[in-house]
Amino acid sequence: MIETLLTLQLPILIILAPLFAGFLTFGIGSFNKKLCAPITIVGTGLSLICAIQVLSQVQQKGPVHYFLGGWIPPIGIEYVVDHLNGMVLVLIAVVAFLTAIYSVKVVEKELSKRIHFFYTLFLFLVTGLMGITITGDAFNVYVLIEIAALSSYALLALGQKKSFFATFNYLIIGTIGACLYLLGVGFLLIQTGTLNMPDLAYQITLQPYSAAIFIAFILMVCGMFVKMAFFPAHGWLANAYASAPTAVGCLIAPLMTKVSVYVVIRVLFSIFSVSYVFDILNISNAVIVLAVAAIVVGSIYALMQQHFRKLCCYLIVAEIGYMMGGIFMGNANGFFGGTYHLIADALMTAALFMVAGAIYYKQGTLDIRKWAGLFKKMPITMTCFIFVACSMIGIPPTAGFFSKWYLISGALQAGHYLFMIALLFSSLINAVLFFRIIEYAYFGSFSSPNSHSQERSEAPLSMLLPLVLVIICMMVLGLYSQDILKYFIAPINPFLGN
Amino acid sequence: MITTQSILPLYPILISFIASGLIAISGRFPNLREAWTFVAGLCKLGCIVYMLPWILKGEVLKITLLNLLPNLSIALRVDAFGMMFAIVASSLWILTSMYSVGYMRPLKEHAQTRYYCFFALALSATIGVAFAANLFTMYVFYEILSLSTYPLVTHHQDKEARGGGRKYLSYLLGTSIGFLLPAMILSYVLGGTLDFSANGVFSTMPSLSVVTLLFFLFIFGFAKSGIMPFHSWLPGAMVAPTPVSALLHAVAVVKVGVFCIFRVMTGIFGVSMLQLTQLPLILCILASITILVSSLIALSQDNLKRLLAFSTIGQLSYIILGVALLSASGLKGSMLHIVMHAFGKITLFFCAGAIFVATGKKYISQMKGIGRKMPFTMAAFTLAALSIIGFPPLGGFLSKIYLIVGALEAQYMWVMLVLLTSSFLNAAYFFPIIYKAFFLKPDDETNTGIKEAPLLAMLPPVITAICSITLFLYPSVFNSLADLMLQWGVHQ
Amino acid sequence: MANFNYIIVVIILCLGLWAMLSKKNLIKKCIGMAIFQTGIILFFISMGAKKGATIPIIQQGYGAHDVAHQAIQASHYANPLTQILMLTAIVVGVATLGMALSLVQRIFNFHGSIEEDEILNQ
Repeated sequence: MIETLLTLQLPILIILAPLFAGFLTFGIGSFNKKLCAPITIVGTGLSLICAIQVLSQVQQKGPVHYFLGGWIPPIGIEYVVDHLNGMVLVLIAVVAFLTAIYSVKVVEKELSKRIHFFYTLFLFLVTGLMGITITGDAFNVYVLIEIAALSSYALLALGQKKSFFATFNYLIIGTIGACLYLLGVGFLLIQTGTLNMPDLAYQITLQPYSAAIFIAFILMVCGMFVKMAFFPAHGWLANAYASAPTAVGCLIAPLMTKVSVYVVIRVLFSIFSVSYVFDILNISNAVIVLAVAAIVVGSIYALMQQHFRKLCCYLIVAEIGYMMGGIFMGNANGFFGGTYHLIADALMTAALFMVAGAIYYKQGTLDIRKWAGLFKKMPITMTCFIFVACSMIGIPPTAGFFSKWYLISGALQAGHYLFMIALLFSSLINAVLFFRIIEYAYFGSFSSPNSHSQERSEAPLSMLLPLVLVIICMMVLGLYSQDILKYFIAPINPFLGN
Repeated sequence: MITTQSILPLYPILISFIASGLIAISGRFPNLREAWTFVAGLCKLGCIVYMLPWILKGEVLKITLLNLLPNLSIALRVDAFGMMFAIVASSLWILTSMYSVGYMRPLKEHAQTRYYCFFALALSATIGVAFAANLFTMYVFYEILSLSTYPLVTHHQDKEARGGGRKYLSYLLGTSIGFLLPAMILSYVLGGTLDFSANGVFSTMPSLSVVTLLFFLFIFGFAKSGIMPFHSWLPGAMVAPTPVSALLHAVAVVKVGVFCIFRVMTGIFGVSMLQLTQLPLILCILASITILVSSLIALSQDNLKRLLAFSTIGQLSYIILGVALLSASGLKGSMLHIVMHAFGKITLFFCAGAIFVATGKKYISQMKGIGRKMPFTMAAFTLAALSIIGFPPLGGFLSKIYLIVGALEAQYMWVMLVLLTSSFLNAAYFFPIIYKAFFLKPDDETNTGIKEAPLLAMLPPVITAICSITLFLYPSVFNSLADLMLQWGVHQ
Repeated sequence: MANFNYIIVVIILCLGLWAMLSKKNLIKKCIGMAIFQTGIILFFISMGAKKGATIPIIQQGYGAHDVAHQAIQASHYANPLTQILMLTAIVVGVATLGMALSLVQRIFNFHGSIEEDEILNQ
């Protein structure tokens, strides 16, 4: 009896666990800062367990619906978990849980006086991201985007003092993005009188040529483009993320942009439909041109950076181009590639930022020119780095290779050769980029061979363990890519006709 | 052709993979560490030879490991050609390991654990390429091979090594990502599969422009084959310690390149489809240019290892030329040349290394009279050089004869001329060395006694040189493997 | 001019957006943001408004003296959904504005200026 009750309440527990943990850390953390980290780990851990449970339910019985307060949609707010967001929920929970473990030592070092603020905001951010993913209500998405965004502004501003200005710019841009989305929701509301996604989808099929609905689509998608730093609205990202505290970077960089990508997938295929987006509007060509530009610009900017975190930030810009290109490709392979890359890239970015954090923790510098001889000093961290680098370049059998494979096959089928060339170009740039770093770290300094001590000084276990786990997740994702596609992405692929 | 499901093909790959782990953890005990290498080498060769009877009976061993994409898996399949390459690579690994001990210890090289560890890994990948059942598996191991040999090439970790390593990776990774990957995906999209089969993967022939595009992407994508203009990584990679140059840049890495080209021509396109186009002729011309130009460059080299590198580039193109002829003898010649050239060239590299260990000399101009000091080494060198040039009774003669017959079968008289000219050029760059070594007097006449390299550095070249003669006299195993391949795998 | 409310909303939105993007003074940017958000709130509220209708609170004495006997007519009330949505949006807007202002304060403490040009030149 209790068990079934719990099973029924699982979707809301995913959200409530981090939310209440957030309140707890604020309350208890004011008195005893040492309890913050355990509460956070337990909160995100619970959320992870619930998310995995829900995903397995979805896998067995199909989408899970949860009516908030017992109100039946379209009047009440509904939480829907299908294969897509079930997967994204697990992804968020995994990254959050591992980052929570990872952050214990870093936060003590970097933010010693404000530990409880950090963990409270951290948990609220996780709550917001989970909420965006799980909700089936278009307006609710906006509210939760703002909850996540507000916590992320505060978290980013916890960093170095020069980050205030970058965070302020991010706030302005982020608000514009979210407001555009809200405006789009307003247009939809005028035209359909509903906010529930399936209901919206039905209403839109009744009036496909309405100008108001067209504007709603453009506003919502553009709003999310701004939020995810899609070219040409990518400028804010690098500055905002580069000087954030380490633990914040590890959480925000992989998840914020990816959740925005997820929202675009929802808008495209759950609110609007394949036939609306690709037949009636036919805007995919324009978006793919932007995606090509994003990939090229992101890669080139990344190549110009000497600061490792900034380099990673520009790589995110390029990877967003991958995903958008795949999703707007208009065929099954493109969708596979885009969605799979969403998961893969979140793990890769998390791993990159964790590597950056570990090196910063021990060496105190993120300037890659000063990483000479790092292989000797931090062998485990650098081995992990090699794995991520291979995945970013797209060397099989890592996850990054398979997303590229599907994206390129999709591009070939759709005849978007420019996109294919951009993908290959970005692979090559990534190869140059990462091998330059590996070279610095492997060869040591020629000019002053004795200035660096060659002794091992590896990061603490609480940082290495999450990093290694992320790498393992990434490798598993790569090796079992076909199962993931078959069991999780194929059921929601709108191009497969089911 | 009978296909047998068997897990056997996995073992040779796993053995050296596990060995590299064992080597890594026993770094503090050099003798134990080297013991692992030898144990692994012998087990590996044992496994491969154990499979030989099945293959000679005309069977094919197959195992599917992981399904990664629809119709596409990581799968291993041992056929005659793969077997041939695997025997060569794994038997030479044992000799090279022996040589490595004799080379690395007297020179007191640093980071020897890393060296042996990545060496084992590279061999694992080599056998993976040899046993790959489809292009995708081949690509995976091809990339692993590129990456695992990088620490070996840059072993010295100085500025020169960094430059060489940079060139090495940028050529190999650049071409494989830029050309090979799109070609592979395009073939997959067009053909629906990447499994090697004698009829090719394309059920209907794509338009000529697509085939041409694919053809060039594949040819230049496998830059490990050293075809011009993507050859200059190989001379650059000579900064590596000599055992690395010997096994990897005369046998494993470069042969993987031509092996892949052979596989793609016969297994992805299919001989019958290529015969409908003019593309093989273009490949013939490219290979001929590479042969002649590299031999001419080799003439002007003074650094012995660089000379050998350019000679390798030329000899690799023999193999490509044989494939491009698409005639039975040509294909057989190119298969045999992989074996014969491997034994010949590794001997030459071993000798170059032995000279360096014993005297510290790298340049040909310093090697006057060296034959009197190191008679065994230089005798082996002479034999191997004769094999490369193509004199009987040495292995190189056999494969060259087949290549020439292949050229006649394909009715390309000029190819025969190219081959003969190249033999002449080979002689022109090898004979002066031999002449200098044996007939000129050394500059310093103070110590004229025999001063050979350590036994472990001297023995391997002697053994491989003897192998070259043996291969001429008893080529039956490789002959029958090549015939089987022609029978089952190429002309169906 | 049946839809004059939307025209006004568009003007307000443009004003706000312009201020956010092109003003160099950070406080002015914040003001722009407030204007922009207010524009959206007005947009939602005005879409739910009806002529002759009252606030969506069911109250004895308006429309019918006895609710139980006469059905509630939707046309008597403004759309409550948009108002509820905007209550949430207002809260979000206030929080964002507060966050922005506190950031500007920190920026002023650190850089000694709230002019974008001067901060970037530092």
